[in-house]
Formats: sequence, structure tokens, C-alpha cells
Amino acid sequence: MNASRKTRVVLSAIAIIVGVLLVAPTLVVIPMGFTDKRSLTFPPSGWSLRWYEEFFSNPEWIGSLGNSIAIAIAVTVLAVVLGTLAAVALVRSRVPASGAINLLALAPLVVPIVVVGVGVYAMFLQWRLVGTFFGFVVAHTVLAVPYVVITVSASLRTMDWGLLRAASSLGAGPWRAFRRVTLPQIAGGVAAGALFAFITSFDETVVSLFLASSELRTLPVQMYGSVTRDTDPTIATASSLILVITTGLLLATLLRRKKHA
Amino acid sequence: MPDNGSRLVLKDVGMDYRGVPALRDVNLDVEPGEFVTLLGPSGSGKTTTLNLIAGFFEPTYGDISIDGVSVTKLPPHRRNIGMVFQNYSLFPHLDVADNVAFPLVERRVSRAEREERVAAALDMVGLSGYGHRRPNELSGGQQQRVAIARALIYQPRLVLFDEPLGALDRKLRESLQSELRRIHRELGVTMLFVTHDQEEALALSDRIVVFDQGRIVQVGTTAELYRRPATPFVASFVGDSNLIRGHVVRSGDGFALDSPLGRIPLPVTADGRAEATVLVRPEHVKLRSERAGLALELQAEVEDVAFLGPFTLVTCRTEAGERIKMRSPAGEGETLLPGDRVDLGWESRHVLLLDDADTVAAPLSTTAIPKP
Repeated sequence: MNASRKTRVVLSAIAIIVGVLLVAPTLVVIPMGFTDKRSLTFPPSGWSLRWYEEFFSNPEWIGSLGNSIAIAIAVTVLAVVLGTLAAVALVRSRVPASGAINLLALAPLVVPIVVVGVGVYAMFLQWRLVGTFFGFVVAHTVLAVPYVVITVSASLRTMDWGLLRAASSLGAGPWRAFRRVTLPQIAGGVAAGALFAFITSFDETVVSLFLASSELRTLPVQMYGSVTRDTDPTIATASSLILVITTGLLLATLLRRKKHA
Repeated sequence: MPDNGSRLVLKDVGMDYRGVPALRDVNLDVEPGEFVTLLGPSGSGKTTTLNLIAGFFEPTYGDISIDGVSVTKLPPHRRNIGMVFQNYSLFPHLDVADNVAFPLVERRVSRAEREERVAAALDMVGLSGYGHRRPNELSGGQQQRVAIARALIYQPRLVLFDEPLGALDRKLRESLQSELRRIHRELGVTMLFVTHDQEEALALSDRIVVFDQGRIVQVGTTAELYRRPATPFVASFVGDSNLIRGHVVRSGDGFALDSPLGRIPLPVTADGRAEATVLVRPEHVKLRSERAGLALELQAEVEDVAFLGPFTLVTCRTEAGERIKMRSPAGEGETLLPGDRVDLGWESRHVLLLDDADTVAAPLSTTAIPKP
């Protein structure tokens, strides 16, 4: 009893330390965004909202945030549709060489991202897609689809396929059965995939650096540019915003799922 | 009887599964409004047949027609057949009312009419007021009632049941059986029911189709199957039986069977057969001390006596080691004890010569108790 309590205390302490190490670098940026100085310092010597003002009034910053959100939404829609269809095909039907196709669908997860960036850049230059909204959406979708395939496949594997037989005996054709039975059954997996897709696109940096032009930048690209040019605390503000948006989405999804369960 | 049921005809239907024949030469003609049970052990082809009729599988050869129209090439959702599954297959994301309304939505029935018909269907299965429950809040029996309501609400003229009561306990099974019979009487639809439970088959059906090893071995009414089983398999599967195998010999101007139990006179001709199996139902086995004029004399030792209310089941073992079951009406046989020596016998007319189609698979006897 005593020994087990001791181990529990030690384990909790380790868990807390690891947690702090993981989160601390991220949390440091929040106070830095509220500094009153022109440079990045921690802890800030005084407080102000001027960098938030700067962020929301400077068209470069607010514009890149808008681009990021618009691209991420388009990517989410595209990746969810493609990823879900791919998952259904891979799990449900007897597609020839489904193992190889599955690996191919998941490849973007393991290919070094900078290599993807170079490859995409080379081809998109030829196709005149560099610096275009469509180019960003296509490149980010490639990176986001694997997450959707993984989450949707997982929920498809736990689904009772007898329900589809029941649906067809009751008069539902394949498409109607998919909409009225399969989709509600895998909704959790689709939602999780959508979230991952959105976040993947929203904070994608490497490929975006290749694709960005002076007219079209996403927020991470703008931040990187800002660091290399003038290192003003707006970047801390932008980081805080990314943090709030991504964790906010994640928490909203988790809470919704908890309520449903 | 109103004309609510379909005529179902299977003509020379067969199916190969991965190159191996799973079902062969199934011919079946189900009358409108009939209640027919497909009976057989697992792997005998009964469920395959049901799935072929539902359209989940396509036959390798043969034709399936409903009311004279071939449905062999139709997908399941175009066949308008009701189906009830063993594991209920209710949609967990919909409440009971939406589950039952599912087929009506597919048929574009208006909301008002849907609500009316759902209420009537739930009432028919005794679940009025359960519309807003989720399937996982119901017991197994209630879930299967919902599934039955869902399969009947669009008034299909043919309803298939795939071992629907298999997961329920005995008491619930019996009450759902009588409810199914009532619904069948009221609606007059054709019902096809798959089970491996012979008691269930006897309790429900107008006719029973017995399957074994991918073929139909016999089709008949309950009484026909019991009184004149075609093969040892049917004899052992429907009701309790003593099956005795032996060589056919000439005896006087008739035939007899030389068996481990001795020479058994046959009541019919067995010309041209070297070996044969005969059936003697346990209720036809008698104690010689209580009946005169028995055709056979058989010494045996009582092994077990089971008092079963209206009758007593006595299991005996002969000197040759063969088991013989005797079912005596109340009053006879009750006083026997294990170890008692008895003289058994039966009348010749109760010896039934069986076709030899499946002697290899047939056990000597089964333990289930038949419905009288």
C-alpha cells in the first residue's frame, strides 16, 4: 500500500514534468504577445495590446490569417470527401492490391516534408500553380488525406456491416444506405479526420514556404518572413492566435464527443 | 385469407462458393400465405438459400421468382422482401420509431402517414410508447419485436426470418413464436423461417424443408416428416429416433434386416438392397410384459429412466451394446430402475425402412424430444 502510493507520487511527478516540458515552449509565447517593447523578451517588462492592434490592423498579418483559414476550410472539405471515399474503398470492398494502395495513401505521413515541398514546387512551377489558392489547397490536401483515411478506416472497422444488409433489405440502395447508415455510424471518425485535416493545413509551413508568393501567403509563412526580417512581437501574437484556434477546435470536438457518448 | 402473400419459386438453384458447391439443386415452391421453415444443422445450406432469396448472394445457376417474376438479377433493395436478422440489426443511431419508419422514408411515404403507420406497427408487436427509446435501451426480445415491426411496416408480401429467435432464452422464444404465428394469421403474408431448432420448426410451420450438406433432403408437413422421414438424417433431426442398420435378407415370403439387435422383420419390400436403415420411434418400443403380439424379442438392460410428465423416456442398452430408447405413456415404465433387465419389442408395422441417401452422416439416435 505504502510502496504503491510512493510509486504513484513519483509517476505523477514525472508525468507533470513531461507535461510542462511539452507545453512550456508553447505557453511562453502568450505573455510575449502582450509586451510593450519592440523586441521579443520573456518575461515582458510591461504590458500592452499594441501587438494585437498591429496584427489586426496590418493587412499583411490579417490577410495571411484569412488566407490560412480559407485554405484550411477548402482542404478540410476536399480531404474529408477524398479520404472517406478512399477509406470505404480500402476497408469495405475487395479492391485489388488494397494493401499497396493503403500504403500509398499514407505515404505523405512518412515522406520527408521538405522533399514533398521540393517536388510540389518543381511541378507546380510548370503548371503555374505556385502562389495560387488552388495550388495551396491541392498541396495541403495531399498532406491531410492520410489523417482522414486513418480515422475513418478505424471507425469503419468497428462498424457492423450487417446494418447495411438490413438497410438494403428495407429498400435502401447503396448510396442511400451509405448516407443513412454508414455515414452516421462513422461520423466520429469523419469529424476527427476533418479536425486533423484543418489543423494540418492551418499550420503547414514547409510546403507553404515553397508555394508562397508576395500576393498569397499563409500565416505560418508570414510569421517565418517576419522572424527573418524584423522579429517584432507580432509573431508572438500570431502564435498565440494559432494556439487558440487549434486547441479551441480540438477541445470543441472532444467536448462534443463526450456529450454524445 | 386475403391475398397478401407472394408465391415463391426456386428452380434448380445452386451456388458455388470459391469453386466449392455450397448449395445444389434446390427446388422449392412456396404457396401464397404459407409459413415454411428451412431446417438443418449449420452449414447445411438453409441460410445460404435465404440469402439468395433476399438477394445478398447471386446463385451460380437456377432461377428465383416471386409471383411469377424472376428476381434473380434484382439487387436486394428492389425486391421488396421483409427480413428479420438473428442479431436484430437495428440502426443504433436511430430511435425505435425512426428505425421502424426507415423503409417508409425510402418509399417516400409522407410524414403524417409514416407516424400513423409506425404507431400501428409498434402496437402490433406490443411496443406502443417505445418510439423514443434507443435500441440499446431495450431487451433482446424487445429489439427483435422492433425488427419485426420494421420488416412488416411496408407490407411486403414475403418475409424472411434468419434464426431470429436464436439469441433469446427459451421462454421469450416461445412467446415470440406464438406472436409470430398470430401475426402470420392476421396478415396472411408468406413467411420463410430459417432455424436449426426442430422444435421451433414444428411449432411454427405449415411445411418444413429439411436441408443437409447443401441439399434439400425432404419437404413436408410436420406430420409427414415425423411419420415418413425419407432418410436417416431427417428421422434423427425431426423427433426422437432409434435407427438400426443391417443387411437385407429374405425371410419367408418377405424381407428382414439382419442387425446387431437380431433379425428384424420388415413390413415392406426391400428388393434389390443389400443394406438398409430402419427407424423405430421410441413411442413404438414396448415392454413385452405389457403388450402381446410384438414382432421382436430383444433383451436389454435399463440404463436411464427420465420421468417427463406425460411420459417416461427409458434408455436401454442391448447385449450387442446398441442403445434403444423407449417412450412410455404415464403409468408404464415408471417403476423401472437402471440395471433392470427388460424384454423389449415392437410391432412390425411400426418399422420404417428409410432411403439410404445419407447413412454415413446419420448418428444412431438423437436426444431431442418430439412434439406429439
